[in-house]
Amino acid sequence: MTKERNALRISLLGELTIFTAAAIREQLLAGIAGAEEIEVDLSQVTEIDTAGVQLMVAAKREAGLQRKVLSLTGHTPEVLDTLDLCELSAYFGDPVLIHSRG
Amino acid sequence: MNLDDALQTFIIEARELLEHMEEALLRIEQTPDDPDTLNAIFRAAHTIKGSAGIFGIDHIVSFTHVAESVLDKVRGAELRINSELVALFLSVCDHLGVLIGHVAEGRTPNPDVHQASSELADKLQAYLGPLSHCEAMAGPPVEHAGKAEPVAAEAVSGGVDSDNWHISLRFDRDVLKNGMDPLAFIRYLTTFGSVVHLVTLVDGVPALSEIDPEACYLGFEISYRSDANKAAIEGAFEFVRDDATIHILPPHSRISDYLRLIADLPKEELPLGEILVRCGTLTRAELDYARRQQAAAAEQPSPPIGEVLVENRLVRANVVAAALDKQKQVKEHKAAEGSLIRVNAEKLDEHINLIGELIIASAGTDLIARCANIPDLSEAAARLSRLVEEVRDSALTLRMVQIGATFNKFQRVVHDMSTELQKDIRLEISGAETELDKTVVERIGDPLTHLVRNSLDHGIEAAEVRVACGKPAQGTIRLNAYHDSGSIVIEVADDGGGLDKQRILNKAIERGLVTAEQSLSDDEIQNLIFEPGFSTAEQVSNLSGRGVGMDVVRRNITALRGSVDIESVAGIGTTMRIRLPLTLAIIDGFLVGVASSSFVVPLDTVVECIELSASEILAAQGRDQLDLRGELLPFIRLKELFDIAEPLPMANDPDDEECAADVRLPYGAPKTGVTLTAEGIAALSADPELAFILNPVMRENVVVVQYAGHRVGLVVESLMGEFQTVIRPLGEVFTGIEGISGFTILGSGHVALILDVPGLVRRVVVRDQQRYVAKVPGAAERGGRMPSMIE
Repeated sequence: MTKERNALRISLLGELTIFTAAAIREQLLAGIAGAEEIEVDLSQVTEIDTAGVQLMVAAKREAGLQRKVLSLTGHTPEVLDTLDLCELSAYFGDPVLIHSRG
Repeated sequence: MNLDDALQTFIIEARELLEHMEEALLRIEQTPDDPDTLNAIFRAAHTIKGSAGIFGIDHIVSFTHVAESVLDKVRGAELRINSELVALFLSVCDHLGVLIGHVAEGRTPNPDVHQASSELADKLQAYLGPLSHCEAMAGPPVEHAGKAEPVAAEAVSGGVDSDNWHISLRFDRDVLKNGMDPLAFIRYLTTFGSVVHLVTLVDGVPALSEIDPEACYLGFEISYRSDANKAAIEGAFEFVRDDATIHILPPHSRISDYLRLIADLPKEELPLGEILVRCGTLTRAELDYARRQQAAAAEQPSPPIGEVLVENRLVRANVVAAALDKQKQVKEHKAAEGSLIRVNAEKLDEHINLIGELIIASAGTDLIARCANIPDLSEAAARLSRLVEEVRDSALTLRMVQIGATFNKFQRVVHDMSTELQKDIRLEISGAETELDKTVVERIGDPLTHLVRNSLDHGIEAAEVRVACGKPAQGTIRLNAYHDSGSIVIEVADDGGGLDKQRILNKAIERGLVTAEQSLSDDEIQNLIFEPGFSTAEQVSNLSGRGVGMDVVRRNITALRGSVDIESVAGIGTTMRIRLPLTLAIIDGFLVGVASSSFVVPLDTVVECIELSASEILAAQGRDQLDLRGELLPFIRLKELFDIAEPLPMANDPDDEECAADVRLPYGAPKTGVTLTAEGIAALSADPELAFILNPVMRENVVVVQYAGHRVGLVVESLMGEFQTVIRPLGEVFTGIEGISGFTILGSGHVALILDVPGLVRRVVVRDQQRYVAKVPGAAERGGRMPSMIE
C-alpha cells in the first residue's frame, strides 16, 4: 500500500478468487477506511472468479456508502475478460487499457 | 490430472474421432438414411467441440459448432446427405485434423488456416440458411434488430420476437463454498452458442463491510443464441442445478412464460421486466403488452396458464428423458472404458524389450541347467522356458493390431481420387481383421498408398474403355490381407487392364535398365517397374506417374524384411502382393552352425532339414544344386557366402563348447547316416579340435527354406535346433551386408547372426536365372566365387 496525501493505492497480487477473497476483503476494508480516493491496482492479478468480481462490486458499493472514490486500474487481460463476460465494465466505469491479444 | 496429459488425451481422442467421422462419411454416401452412421458423425463433431471447449481452444469450438449445426439439420431431416455435402464434410474433417495438428504442436494457427476455417464455415453456413444464422463465427454479437412497435404488438400474441434463448440464473449463497464458479458455467455456454447480452445482477451484493466474501450474491440474466436444444443448455448447468434457480426459456417463448419467470423470481431492485428489455430478450412493446396481460390476469384467472402448465409438463418430460438418456450414455461409456486401457507405445516397446532380455536369460539358464545335470534344476528350467514362451506370445499379441483401420483409410483415397480422375471406382476390403505388428502397420501405410494410387491411376481404365472391353463401368480395387506361413500377405488388386509388358520393356530399354538383347521372363519384366526412375505413364498426372513411386515402395517393404511381387493378366487386372513378417521384434529361430559361427534361420521359413551326402555332391557336378525327391533344389554354402575361416585353436572356451556339444545332441537333426565330404575330411584333419567339437563325425546338412514360393537349400555344418530369438538390428556400419538381417545373443553369451532368408532366396533365384541367360554370366552377384556355368 502506498499513500499519497489522502489517496491510496492498493495493489492486489495473484489470485482474486474464493481462496483469497476473505483476506482481500480485510485489505480493502482497511484501505477504504484510511483514504478518500482508493485505487485498486489489478495489474498483478492473475486470476479472477465470481467471488473476486463480487468482492470488487462490494468494495465499490462500500466506497460509495462512505462517499469515497474507488477505482480499478491496471486490468490484466484475465480481469478484463471476466468483467466483459459479466458486462460489468460499465458498472465500474473505470478506463481500461485494452490489451492486444496474441 | 496434469493439463498437458489431458490435452494429449484430447488430441489422441480427437484424431480417433476424426477417423471415425471420416469412415462414417464414406459409408454414409452409400446409405444416406442410416441413422447410426449419421449419429456417429454428429457425435464425433459434438465431442470434439465439447472437449475443445474444456481446453478453451475457441477456434476449434466455433468451427466445429457450425459443422455440428449443419449435421443437426441433417439429423432433423431438414437437409439430405448428398455427395456434395459429404465432400464438404470430408474437407471439414481434414481441416479439423489440421487444427488439431496445430494444437498438438502447440502452435497457434496462422492466418491462412483461419482463412480456410472461415471459407469452410461460409460453405457450411450456406446450408444453414438465412434464418437460423449463428454468430459463433462472427466476432461481436450482431445488434438484435427490434421490429417496429406495431408489428411487435402483433407478434407478441404468439411468442416474443427474439430468436434468442433466455437464461435466468440465481445462485444460492453456498454455491461458491461448494466449489462451483458460476462464471465458469457461463463461459461454458459460450462454447456452443454466443452470449448476446448478459446482465449481472449486482443488487444483491452487500457493501464490503457486510459481505461474506465466500457467499454468492450474484444473479445473471442472459440472452443467449445457440442452435443447441434445451437439454443441451440445461446440461451446461447440470452440476449447479441444486445450488441455483435456473430458468431457461426457448426462443419465441410465450409472453406468459416470461410473466411466470418474473413472478417466480424474488423481487429485485430493478424490475426484471426492465432487465429483460436490457438483455434484448423482450422489446419495450412486448414488455408493455406483458404488463397489460399481467394486470388483466390479476383480475381473472387467465386461461393460458393451463396451457402453460401442460407445456411446462411437456418440457419437463423432455428434460427427464434427456437426463435419463445421458445417464445411460455415461454408464455405457464407462463400461467401454473398463474393457480398454490406453497404453503408451513406448512403454509397450520397453516391455517387449525386457521380455527379449528375459528370453535370452532363460535360454542361458536352460543351458546351465542341462550342463549341471541336476534333474530338478532341468525341470524347473524347462517350466521357466515354457512360461517365458507364453509370456512372449502374449506380449507380442499386445503389439498386434488389426489392419482394418489402415485399409479403411483408403476409402478416402479411392473416393477422392476417383473424383479427381473422373473414374467410377469402388473399394472392396477383405481380411480387415488380420492382425500384424503395430510397427509394421505404421510403416506399411505409405507403400500401400503408392500401390493403391498406382492401381487407381494406371490400373483401372477409363469407364468408356472398360465398357468397350465388356467390363462393368465401375472399376474395383480390392484390398485383402491374410496370414501365410509366418508372414502376412497384403494384396492390392485391381480389375483394370493389367500391365502392358511390351510397354514396360520398351521403356526399360529406353531408360537403359536392360538391353534389347536380354531375354527376360514375364516376372522379370513386371519387376522392372520397381526399378528407380521407371515410369510408363504417358501423361504425368498429379497423383502418380512421376516414377518415384514403385522403387520407394520396394525399398520400404524390403526395409520391413518383406517383399513385393506382381501378378498381372492383360485385360483382367493386376495384383500386387506384399509379404511381410508378422513382427519385427522376436522370432522363433532355427540355430545352425558353420565352423565356429552360429546362425539363426527364422523357423517359419524352414521347410525341412536334409543331409548333404557325398553322392549328392558328386551328382551335382560342381553345380550348387541337388536333387530333392526329383526336384531341383539350388543351394548356397554359408561357409563360402560369408567367407568363414576355420576356427583358431583355443579360440573358444573348451568347457563351454563341450557343453554346447552336449546340448546339440538332443536337438540334432534326424540321424540319417553320416557321410563326410572331401572338404569336411580336409577340415577335420587340419583341425583336430574341430573334429572333437563336431563329434561324432563331421557332416554337412542342408536346411531347406522357402520364401515366396521359392525353395532354396542352405548348406551348414551343424543343426542345433529351435531357439527363441530377439532380433537386434545391426549397427549402421553393417547396413551394407547382404544376407544378414540382424543378430541375437545366445544363452552362452555368443553372438549369432540372423539370416535374411528372403534376401538369400532372392539372391539364389537371381543367380540361377542369370546363369541361364546367355552373355551375362559375370553379372551374377556372387561374381568370381560362383562356379561359372556354361550350358
